[in-house]
Amino acid sequence: MSWARRTFRQAWRVASIPLLATLLAFIVAAGVVILSSAFTSTGFDLFLPLAAYASLLVGAFGSGNGMVNTLVAAAPLVLGGLAVGIGFKAGLFNIGVPGQFLVGAFAAAVVGSALASAPTVIAAPLAMLAGAAGGAAFGFIPGFLKARTGAHEVVTTIMLNNAAFYLLGWVLTDFARAPGFSFSRTGEIGNSALPVLVGRNLHIGIPLAFLTVFAVRWLLDRTTIGFEIRTVGQNPSAARYAGMRPVFVTTLTMTLSGLLGGLAGAVQTLGVIGFYAAGVAGTVGFDSIAVALLGRSDPIGILFAAILFGAFRAGAPLMQIETSVPIEVIDIIQALVILFLAADLLVRRVFRIRAATPVIPDLATVTQTWAGGGSAGSTAP
Amino acid sequence: MSDQPPVLEMRGITKRFPAGTLANDSIDLDVRKGEIHALLGENGAGKSTLMNILYGLVTPDAGEIRMDGQPVTIRDPADAIARGIGMVHQHFMLIPVLSVAENAVLGQEIVRAREILDLDEASRRIKLLAKKLGFDIDPSARIDQLSVGQQQRVEILKAIYRNALILVLDEPTAVLTPQETREIFEVLRRLRAEGASVIFISHKLDEVLEIADRITVIRRGKVVGSRKPAETNENELAELMVGRAVSLQVDRGRSHPGEVVVEVAGLRAKNDRGQEALHGVDVAVRAGEILGIAGVAGNGQDELVESLIGLRKLATGTIHLTGKDLSRASVDERRDRGMSFVPADRHRFGLVLTYSVADNLALTRYAEPPFAGGLAGIVRGFRSILENAVRLMSEFDVRAPGPTAPVGTLSGGNQQKVVVAREFRHDLKLLVLDQPTRGLDVGSIEFIHKQVIARRDAGVAVLLVSAELDEVLDLSDRVLVMFRGRVVGEFPAADAQRDKIGLLMATGGARP
Repeated sequence: MSWARRTFRQAWRVASIPLLATLLAFIVAAGVVILSSAFTSTGFDLFLPLAAYASLLVGAFGSGNGMVNTLVAAAPLVLGGLAVGIGFKAGLFNIGVPGQFLVGAFAAAVVGSALASAPTVIAAPLAMLAGAAGGAAFGFIPGFLKARTGAHEVVTTIMLNNAAFYLLGWVLTDFARAPGFSFSRTGEIGNSALPVLVGRNLHIGIPLAFLTVFAVRWLLDRTTIGFEIRTVGQNPSAARYAGMRPVFVTTLTMTLSGLLGGLAGAVQTLGVIGFYAAGVAGTVGFDSIAVALLGRSDPIGILFAAILFGAFRAGAPLMQIETSVPIEVIDIIQALVILFLAADLLVRRVFRIRAATPVIPDLATVTQTWAGGGSAGSTAP
Repeated sequence: MSDQPPVLEMRGITKRFPAGTLANDSIDLDVRKGEIHALLGENGAGKSTLMNILYGLVTPDAGEIRMDGQPVTIRDPADAIARGIGMVHQHFMLIPVLSVAENAVLGQEIVRAREILDLDEASRRIKLLAKKLGFDIDPSARIDQLSVGQQQRVEILKAIYRNALILVLDEPTAVLTPQETREIFEVLRRLRAEGASVIFISHKLDEVLEIADRITVIRRGKVVGSRKPAETNENELAELMVGRAVSLQVDRGRSHPGEVVVEVAGLRAKNDRGQEALHGVDVAVRAGEILGIAGVAGNGQDELVESLIGLRKLATGTIHLTGKDLSRASVDERRDRGMSFVPADRHRFGLVLTYSVADNLALTRYAEPPFAGGLAGIVRGFRSILENAVRLMSEFDVRAPGPTAPVGTLSGGNQQKVVVAREFRHDLKLLVLDQPTRGLDVGSIEFIHKQVIARRDAGVAVLLVSAELDEVLDLSDRVLVMFRGRVVGEFPAADAQRDKIGLLMATGGARP
């Protein structure tokens, strides 16, 4: 009994602000929906948000198909969220997941189509590996730049996102374009496609992504490598004093982060889309940042946050069909979630949470490193 | 002065924290007008809690506060400020990128019409106030360009600017050099002459005896005595504070120096600002010897010890440990070869404040068995980490709710004990101590001094840097004096006279 209560209290301590921020986002978005209903054919409708949220819920969880869609949409977000989260743990803000996702997706698509007629047991793992390696290589660049020269990862990763997009566009059109299609895309992946386990498209990448959650959690909490990553994030000077090498840890973390981002791209390519073309990434890369923040960089938290965001994507079409509330409302909700996370003081005041739960440390990373505060491990000789 | 009525009375103040500790147990305190009242007690005795209650940061469970005889309720710091209570925290609450004037008026800005900040008027008032308190300060200087001592004066200005009649200073001298301490005492005396009351929190006996008009001693949340400086002495105060007789004199015994353990030759290194801070330093420490380095803070001592442990790159020079060249070795390798280091700034180097006590007690050996093992030697051994913590916590009397409590929640003295407990390993060759007892109370200082001597007698070479000349003289078998990045004098313990060393510290002696 007391054990259960303690566990609950502990869970509430870490999860209360993200949960309440999400609740508040739904409430404020409801206001937007009501207000905008006055200008549409439905007419002013106080209960429209309830109907919309109900069909959102039904769309995401109301049927087997809906649940599968939710999980399919969540899988790349889980991996992308872990990519951003592991960076936060080392005091690094990796905005480069969109780029790492693209490189991973491209590498997986190219290797996948080359192995299209090989047996799946060989082709799929190799294609996944290629995606992971591509992402890792692309994450290594900003990590190395930061470690060697102190170049801020926020700047370099933003620029590398564009570099990835345009470079891959050029490579695709000039070297990797498959014949017989009306637009630039890679060839069919054939046997490299991830095997479907259940239903129409619950592919093996989904359990893999969920397993990665626990692998990352183990790495961070139970190994010396994770201890180094967290120590460099918390106090780079103390890390040096303890005999760690922040320069190495920074590079390693960005590489790991890129690896996870590339894996996200590979899973999406081999499990859902089946090829690489401009625009396959959608908003996964940037949504990953939101997922990591909502999950407070904790792997389990990221898992739940990714499922929530996946549910948004999976349920939104039904919401639009049944209630004419546009899919874009989801973007408003997501934006509001992040807004309320950043303004957690506001959330606390609204819900009268008096306990001094610490501010979300990842956001502190975002603001501090960016405002020229402590730069983790960058200036270590 | 004693016929004055108290401006502040605190009656029966009691506060129990959720963890169950009784931080304040029915404390009575009264402060008169124009009085410097010292609150003396060990770390964790309840001084800060009492003052946080006064400042509205903590709500007491029981008790009453009266000001000028009238009962008052102080809900929050704004309330406290409005009632003329000012507080200078140990860790300053200043905004580094703003100017002195901007910081001082923060929250009480002077505005001209249309909400335009009138900084000129603010600067004028600040200058006037500073002059009244007997010091000079440039109101347009940015906080991050000021020394720690100057920043503290800005904090005091800030409080006085808000018309504070009762000024609380929480361990104001802990971060100051002796010179700065003397200057701040001068400011406090001026304040007293102007009719303000000062509550001075400290655990330094000599300072309290020098500055206070009355001393109230707190131990474990209770008032255990109240004295006037003329009627008491350091020994009595120490006994009141700790609850037992404390020897303020270190019994050093005889040392038996052996082989040279560490030899530093021709060391040059730069400070954080890129200027050369060490101009060719030679130091050798023998096994079973304590070598003390005396010097005013900022004369290259920090750079010397950081170079030794490997946190600072050498420009030129060599470091040999038992004959092995470690001039370019990593921190890790130096630790493996038997070096250990208690840094001066425990928040910067020594601890990760968000980590548990247990993780901090294993921080510098996290990758060694038994703290790591299993697959490829990267799996952390939590059982060993916890066992190590429990053992060291009892051995070094670290007072914490438990080994899993975040180290940042411990008092400063207990945090320091965590660092010391971790660094005083048994397989040491060289122990480097930079301000090992800074911020500690007399009981803890006595304990750590005994441990240092025990290590020396076990054959460890000890290099001790301290801003407290008394500590250097009490402990060292040999004393070096550093001045502007050079060693300017060496004295065997028998020949180490206070005034001679003090003069050398201040002037560097005659240059050949």
